[in-house]
Amino acid sequence: MKRLHLSDIARPQLLALACILLLNWLVFPGFFTVTWQDGRLFGSLIDVINRGAPVAILAVGMTAIIATRGVDLSVGAVMAVAGAVAATAAVVGQPLIVTLLGALLVGLACGLWNGALVAFLGMQPFVATLVLMVAGRGLAQLITEGSIVTFSDPALIFVGTGSLLGLPMPAVIALVLMIAAHLVMRRTAMGLFVEAIGTNRSAASYTGLRTRTVILTLYAFGGLCAALAGVIAAADIRGADANNAGLWLELDAILAVVIGGTSLMGGRFSIPMSVLGAVIIQAMNTGILVSGLPPEFNLIVKASVIILILVMQSDRIGELVSRRFARLKLRGKS
Amino acid sequence: MTILRKLALGASMIALCCTAANAADRTVGFSQIGSESGWRAAETSVTKQEAEKRGITLKFADAQQKQENQIKAIRGFIAQGVDAILVAPVVATGWEQVLGEAKDAKIPVILLDRGIDAPQDLYLTSVASDQVKEGRVAGEWLVKTVGDKPCRVVELQGTVGSTPAINRKKGFEEAIAGHKNISIVRSQTGDFTRSKGKEVMEGFLKAENGGKDVCAMYAHNDDMAVGGIQAIKDAGLKPGKDILVVSIDAVPDIFQAMAAGEANATVELTPNMAGPAFDALDAYLKSGKQPEKFIITQSKLYTPADDPKGEYERRKGLGY
Repeated sequence: MKRLHLSDIARPQLLALACILLLNWLVFPGFFTVTWQDGRLFGSLIDVINRGAPVAILAVGMTAIIATRGVDLSVGAVMAVAGAVAATAAVVGQPLIVTLLGALLVGLACGLWNGALVAFLGMQPFVATLVLMVAGRGLAQLITEGSIVTFSDPALIFVGTGSLLGLPMPAVIALVLMIAAHLVMRRTAMGLFVEAIGTNRSAASYTGLRTRTVILTLYAFGGLCAALAGVIAAADIRGADANNAGLWLELDAILAVVIGGTSLMGGRFSIPMSVLGAVIIQAMNTGILVSGLPPEFNLIVKASVIILILVMQSDRIGELVSRRFARLKLRGKS
Repeated sequence: MTILRKLALGASMIALCCTAANAADRTVGFSQIGSESGWRAAETSVTKQEAEKRGITLKFADAQQKQENQIKAIRGFIAQGVDAILVAPVVATGWEQVLGEAKDAKIPVILLDRGIDAPQDLYLTSVASDQVKEGRVAGEWLVKTVGDKPCRVVELQGTVGSTPAINRKKGFEEAIAGHKNISIVRSQTGDFTRSKGKEVMEGFLKAENGGKDVCAMYAHNDDMAVGGIQAIKDAGLKPGKDILVVSIDAVPDIFQAMAAGEANATVELTPNMAGPAFDALDAYLKSGKQPEKFIITQSKLYTPADDPKGEYERRKGLGY
């Protein structure tokens, strides 16, 4: 297999992000203005990384799952469950360590459940995780008893709205998680295992790889990421909204992974690129908000931009462009 | 045979005497959509309270968002021979058959909160709010509050294309029409949720000179307003003072914000649809008086002058 350089993979996504940011700047000249206010950075760019953080965190967990030809549709619902657990724990006065641990453990349990269905019962990931996607929201509603549970624990709220070195806390968490996950994937054999399973699971088994354990671990990590995103989402609005927290975010997370260039057919993946994908999606969302466009156009604009990005990434188009360039170069030389 | 007949006669006599003696001693079936939102949960608990207050035995059926469950529940109520049926219809179509059965059984049906596409003789009356009026009341409050001062308004819309979003927008625009000093400068959807409301408001504040150019925020529901209020605070401005906040629904949390001086007005979408329904039913069963076909609930305006703390306490147990 040809070894890909980072610059080879990154080009279309970075170009897309630059184009979207430029467009945002054209419709709203103050887009790049970042000021210092109340001890933290303030501006549309900061909004992009702050609002993009939950999807970025989901995408970190989703990337490795998709790289094994799997998918986790339940992450949005797991967000709601984790948020509900954190909020109810905070309401009864538990300290941050308990609320956080409780929420993360519940997320981990959800991930293990998904992983067990996929790895040990051999269920299709789509169906296996669909179960929790539906049931999870019901579970969250059960915990919150159908209402929005609001809390005022400053430590928990800090997780969603605080800032570290001027950067919003959610973005800091996403960044740390991304780097940690990337290091585990690329500095240990884990990444290789994931790619082997995604390319050919039975071949990977025959080489002696414990594919079931690896898959179980990846789904468990996905659940953990979803729980973290859920805590952030709840802390952001100081309440757990079981009906709406994380609603449809599984689709955004999958989209972020796909924009990042990870193949749905398994094998090839990059966690930082998925996070970049999440930032691209959010740059688009924030751009629409500051542009003053009527809301009826939101989905059309998003769809068009996404189609453009995916076309730019397609191998065929890439080949065509590079062939055209090669011909131009030849002509220039002769 | 004769004994049986006597017994039957006696039983019906007893039944007759009792209905005559205590008109309130009724059984009413209530087919609720489900519990998809806090408001719906509040409607359920208020309906139960109103029934209890009147001594009505309420048979409650939760349809879990499915029409077939509602139809099953209504057929069950008919079979049990209830005195009346309340329905909060989950969809507008497909009710002719089952409501016809109720009509044949001479059981009056009252629709709550939503209308249906069916001949009007199939139900006694429908109790609902006027969403255009809700928007209008909010708009009129703003017109009265700002007077002649110029006011740039940002609007947090509900889900694009949903009936409440369309109607609440329409009503508000009707109220501010003709007041050139008030204009909606930005309008985006916050999907009726807190998190989207906050995100959209963050974008608006950046785009409007850090929020300094915004005079008021109009949100199609309180949840979005609560999110928007947090965004205003994060931007270093004072919600309720630097930016006026007006929204619709009157859920408990907006009263908490109001008590803290961070929200200025909310228009109530009352969860008490059952009260007027029971009153109309009572009049109909007692004297045969036909109620109006469409009973519109009051769209009451609440401001910080209306004891927000007390309102919060009164509502928080209702399941919002």
